[in-house]
Amino acid sequence: MNRLRKSKSFRRFLVSWLPDFLLIFSCVPVFLINSSSAAESIVIGSKKFTESYVLGEIAKRILTDAGISAEHRQGMGGTIILWEGLRGGQIDAYPEYTGTIATEILKSDLKAPEIRAALEKFGVGMTAPLGFNNTYALVMRRSEAQRLGIRTLSDLQRYPELKLGLTHEFLERQDGWRPLRERYSLPQQNVIGIDHALGYNALANGSIDVKDAYSTDAKIEQNDLVVLEDDLQFFPKYEAIFLYRLSAPADAIAALRRLEGTLDEKQMIRLNAEAERTKNYARAADLYFEGRDGAAARRQSYGESFVEKLTRWTLRHLQLAGFSLLLSIIVGIPLGIVASRGGAVGHVILGFTGVVQTIPSLALLALLVPLPFFGISIRTAITALFLYGLLPIVRNTATGLQDIPRSLRESAVALGLSPIARLWEVYLPMASRSILSGIKTSAVINIGTATLAALIGAGGLGEPIISGLNLNDHLTILEGAIPAAVLALLVQWFFDLLDRVLIPKGLRI
Amino acid sequence: MSALVKLQDVSKRYGDAIALHPTSLSVESGKTTVLIGPSGCGKSTLLRLIIRLIEPDSGSIELDGKPVTPDNINVLRRRIGYVIQDGGLFPHLTARHNVLLMARHIGKPQEEMHNRLLELSELTRFSDNLLMRYPLELSGGQRQRVSLMRALMLSPELLLLDEPLGALDPLVRAALQRDLKEIFTRLGQTVLFVTHDLAEAIYFADEIVLMNDGRIVQNGTITDLRARPADPFVSEFINAQRGIASV
Repeated sequence: MNRLRKSKSFRRFLVSWLPDFLLIFSCVPVFLINSSSAAESIVIGSKKFTESYVLGEIAKRILTDAGISAEHRQGMGGTIILWEGLRGGQIDAYPEYTGTIATEILKSDLKAPEIRAALEKFGVGMTAPLGFNNTYALVMRRSEAQRLGIRTLSDLQRYPELKLGLTHEFLERQDGWRPLRERYSLPQQNVIGIDHALGYNALANGSIDVKDAYSTDAKIEQNDLVVLEDDLQFFPKYEAIFLYRLSAPADAIAALRRLEGTLDEKQMIRLNAEAERTKNYARAADLYFEGRDGAAARRQSYGESFVEKLTRWTLRHLQLAGFSLLLSIIVGIPLGIVASRGGAVGHVILGFTGVVQTIPSLALLALLVPLPFFGISIRTAITALFLYGLLPIVRNTATGLQDIPRSLRESAVALGLSPIARLWEVYLPMASRSILSGIKTSAVINIGTATLAALIGAGGLGEPIISGLNLNDHLTILEGAIPAAVLALLVQWFFDLLDRVLIPKGLRI
Repeated sequence: MSALVKLQDVSKRYGDAIALHPTSLSVESGKTTVLIGPSGCGKSTLLRLIIRLIEPDSGSIELDGKPVTPDNINVLRRRIGYVIQDGGLFPHLTARHNVLLMARHIGKPQEEMHNRLLELSELTRFSDNLLMRYPLELSGGQRQRVSLMRALMLSPELLLLDEPLGALDPLVRAALQRDLKEIFTRLGQTVLFVTHDLAEAIYFADEIVLMNDGRIVQNGTITDLRARPADPFVSEFINAQRGIASV
């Protein structure tokens, strides 16, 4: 009896691990359904810089106060991602600037009324200006500017040796670095791309001398910087407005429009400074309502405890990494089997999965977002993670199968086993160690890469990392980075344990 | 006398290298035919062509009067047992599971499989207690006994052995030679046995087929080969092996 039972053990393993996986990931489909049916709630997006976060929080608050359920997906990747999300209906509104709309979205030189008409063709509406102009500006350390006697952008012509650290977006924008350089005939050769928040550090410690900034940036005063005057009026006006879907509920649009003309530059700088000081965007939003409605309206309605936030981030992170890993396994193993046979098809498969790995994550997201079905959604994040997770699984499956000695392959053939039985009963179990180690690598990579999901508002532990990066707040970065690292370790241990169950005993002697 | 296996002008080449010139051979039912010759003479190739691990470039192979084709080979393989030098046991399966793998695959009843397994372990003198072990937990001789059980599980008409004792030390080898011979006799088994050891060939063979350089040089009993060598190579091969044996 004992014999009969034990000899079936391998098949039993195969059968038994499936439900385990299903159990682990069963929460995912439920979640996917939830996210799509939560459409009744108004979704506000924001870009990944402080002011956009704060405006997003203000919009959420004004909607909530009007009795409309609202959700704020903060810190999404960039203009294109938000715009596509708005068009695709994944978000209902987000704060934008008129200059950006003209140059980046519509790619033309339109004035406000024409912009409004052009947007309508996309089913998108625009509020009147909120009241402040947040234009691009180049900034320098005050001491350095005074020492060199630089006051305007034209003055920069005289100092070709200055080092410029510009955000990646500014480097590429139609109203960004290249046309600016032409307009002012700027001679500087030493230009690097750097994250906006990190750039302030670089400016402070002298690694760079000039950086781009927003004119309402609280850091300008905090870091004792000067804005160089745009003496040739190069930068267009960047009036803050909200873009919204014309199909959004009328009461929601009405609520958003109550923000029109209520925020001047001074007020915005104050809110930005408050957000950066307290590391709490909701708090800064509250400040806006205090000024507007008086102290009576003061309240702390958005106080989510750290444990609650951490739980939310972690669960979402596991959903992202887990579901994408499951897809990578389901697709990767068959691809690996095909690839193990070599030939042109095998090379194409290994080549494709390899190339995917070399695409930077933000670029991959930007490629996926404009496609139908994807947009700004968790689907896009999962698809990107799935693609990144393929290579280790495909390659390890192929190698594991190719490493089976020829004599054993031939023994399986000579016995008369059908091709499927050979694969299932002999080849795959023999390659199991290699395949599992591929899956383990994928899982750990996915846990790390899942932080990118925050760039398109899909949440996870990347949320605190990105907002911390933006606030230059190491503690907030660590709130995401440490749990992500712990998660990666736990996943590693879990798979080490799984090895003992899934790798046949005869291969572990 | 009936031929169980018939090869007609079967040949195989790898690029420019000819592994087997067009060759014809009959393997008689109930007899042990031994293929012998130096390394690379084509004896293993011939065996692998019969079970179709490699496709012949020309010629035809018949098993029990029926032509072997890529379409029917997988069914025919159940009627052929195949044992190789290192046993070819699957390391992730126990000895028992290795033996039963194919029988299970074609859905033999539990009871029948169980009885056959007991029969085989008695026949091959393989202790029941070792059946639950994995190949890596068995000695070389034990592994070959399991491999033989696996080959015999479905009572094949033809047993192909490719240097089955080549990797064993002399004592184990001698014991297995005795047991194998007894098993063949008891089962009345048709066997095609590949070896490069003349003493082993003489011990097992009803008919010896001497090969060299991708061709059959001569076949017959050892007496025929000694008395009427078809070719100087035949005497050379026989004398070389005897020379070493007498030292």
